[in-house]
Amino acid sequence: MSGEGLQVEGVWKRYGEVVALRDLSFDVRPGEIFGFVGSNGAGKTTAMRVILGVLAPDAGQVRWAGRALTLDDRRGMGYMPEERGLYPRMKVAEQLIYLARLHGQSKQQARAGVDAWLERLGLAQRRDDEVQKLSLGNQQRVQLAACLVHEPRILVLDEPFSGLDPVAVDVMSQVLRGSAERGIPVLFSSHQLDLVERLCDRVGIIRAGEMVAVGTVDDLRAGGTPQLEVDAPGAPPGWTEGLPGVRLISQTGATTVMELDAGADDQAVLRAALQTGPVRSFGYRRPSLTELFRHVVGQERTP
Amino acid sequence: MSTVTSPPANSGGVWLVAGREIRVRLASKAFRIMTLALVGAVVALILVLKLAASESASTARVGFAPSVANLAQPFASVATALGGDVTVSTVDPAEGEQRIRDGELDALVVGTPDALRAIVAESLAPGLDNALRVLVRQLAFNQEIIRLGGDPAAVTTAVDSASFEVTALEPAREFDVQRLVIGLITGVLVYVGLMTYGQLVAQGVVEEKSSRVVEILLTTIRPWQLMLGKVIGIGVVGLGQLLLVAGVGIGVGLATDSITFPAGQAAGIAGWAVTWFLLGYLAYALILAALGALVSRQEDVAGVTMPALMVLIIPYVLGISVLPADPDNQLLAVLSMIPLFAPTLMPIRIAMGAAPAWQIAVATVSTVALVAVLVWLAGRIYGNAVLRMGSRVRLGDALRSGH
Repeated sequence: MSGEGLQVEGVWKRYGEVVALRDLSFDVRPGEIFGFVGSNGAGKTTAMRVILGVLAPDAGQVRWAGRALTLDDRRGMGYMPEERGLYPRMKVAEQLIYLARLHGQSKQQARAGVDAWLERLGLAQRRDDEVQKLSLGNQQRVQLAACLVHEPRILVLDEPFSGLDPVAVDVMSQVLRGSAERGIPVLFSSHQLDLVERLCDRVGIIRAGEMVAVGTVDDLRAGGTPQLEVDAPGAPPGWTEGLPGVRLISQTGATTVMELDAGADDQAVLRAALQTGPVRSFGYRRPSLTELFRHVVGQERTP
Repeated sequence: MSTVTSPPANSGGVWLVAGREIRVRLASKAFRIMTLALVGAVVALILVLKLAASESASTARVGFAPSVANLAQPFASVATALGGDVTVSTVDPAEGEQRIRDGELDALVVGTPDALRAIVAESLAPGLDNALRVLVRQLAFNQEIIRLGGDPAAVTTAVDSASFEVTALEPAREFDVQRLVIGLITGVLVYVGLMTYGQLVAQGVVEEKSSRVVEILLTTIRPWQLMLGKVIGIGVVGLGQLLLVAGVGIGVGLATDSITFPAGQAAGIAGWAVTWFLLGYLAYALILAALGALVSRQEDVAGVTMPALMVLIIPYVLGISVLPADPDNQLLAVLSMIPLFAPTLMPIRIAMGAAPAWQIAVATVSTVALVAVLVWLAGRIYGNAVLRMGSRVRLGDALRSGH
């Protein structure tokens, strides 16, 4: 397998006046879990549909192993759409076999794959039940099986964690990690940023169709301005006012978070804090992915 | 890099989709019930046809007492001349009455030539009544001729040879009642098939859209493959059902002698019915697949397919109400050559024996041409609309844009 993985290059997509994707570029390397985050309507689903070939881009292309992605390549992908999709009145195993065969597997391969995945996901007893008769959680498992049963070479999952119970979240996490360990590029989108932070090797933040930040979670956090966090139970509201070069981020309860301009004196902040009473803790921290995301997305209206 | 073992070629995808449609439809309870109901209805209709035919064309059995035995043959001639069908026999009056009670005789004629008496179970059948009336008048007439010194035989010959000619300026064609009925049955079957399976296509398209499974399917195959596979799969099921019903119908018809025209002719009518079902199905299924792709919810299917269904319903209703009384109707002859009207009208006219070869040819060629255009047009609309969820996609938008 080539080391180049899945590449999205300069993709544009317009819907009439609306630009859904604006020169979008990023790549997902083999064996890597790539988290795709952005607010609703930022273009995640559109980007995934372009990768899957369900939508044609106006410009740009999707490459795999160094060449343009073909229909055969796409048939070898595993896709979980945001709006889950299965035939409600078809039996579980029959449906999975059908989908595996559409993905290019022979009858024998499809049967073996379906048996293995149903067993693994704890659905073996439900194989002859109609999908609509399963609980929502089990329907999600069938959906996951549908995406994996043909041994995909690329995984693209749109909000795979939404609506999952904690046990299913663990199963899903294991599946994503296991796939990546086998050298498969895994791309998924999620609003659960703590999960993204925990699972992903790299993260891309998309805003209004543009990729505004790409990198490992640590890279992204390192790129953000370090924040000073002070725990001073006696500090009155607005105690930081008048301190030169200090920008208040938040003050909730005893904890005050602020950003300091370059050259600002943090010791002056500590002295000011001590004047309000005891200081329990004083230190710098990196912003969490959630905060980074808020920061990046917060710039949305001020281009 | 590894390769997929057996990627479905372009046609492979179509057959996989068609195969699923066939399996799912055959497994459905509604399909089995409908098939049984159709077979039952056709068999029942054919048996009714048989009963109606045997009632009107039954042979009346008339017995004559020895005292009037010499009237048996003249009576038979008169009855036959009046269009009836009788068998006559000489029976003993006492025994004859018993045979009437047993239903073995329809009437027993006793008495003397100038005082005839007919004995029946309940009432004298109109045909026999007429024949007897004519017979007694003729007897009285003959008596009178003899009394006047004439020769009854010569008079009868002279009277019989008197006739007149009719010159029809627009001779009406004679249509066999049996074929009219077969025409109606054919029309109903084709129409029910088109309605049922056409709507199944629209519902199937929307089922995939509303359940969003279409998005997964379209990562593996092209929209046109999905649409064509669905149309073919559902069509195969519909065709199979029609063949079964038509086969059973013809079989029962021939076995019970309800169909008295040659088996070859029956097969010809059935062949045309199947042809028109196929052509009509392709045309309407493609239209309904494209229209179905415009909406995202089952509730909206009826609304969006209504115009197309009206085009299917109106000529059929016209045909089924006008053709039995007037198989040669000019308006319907013209309509039956127009592609979307032909599938319901032409098989009726063909079955009734009212469609000349050139009209059949015009209808066939124009419908085949329309289907060819529809494959392209419906594929385009379907491909552009099937992934657009939410509110109804406007037809113009679906035609113009590539997504």
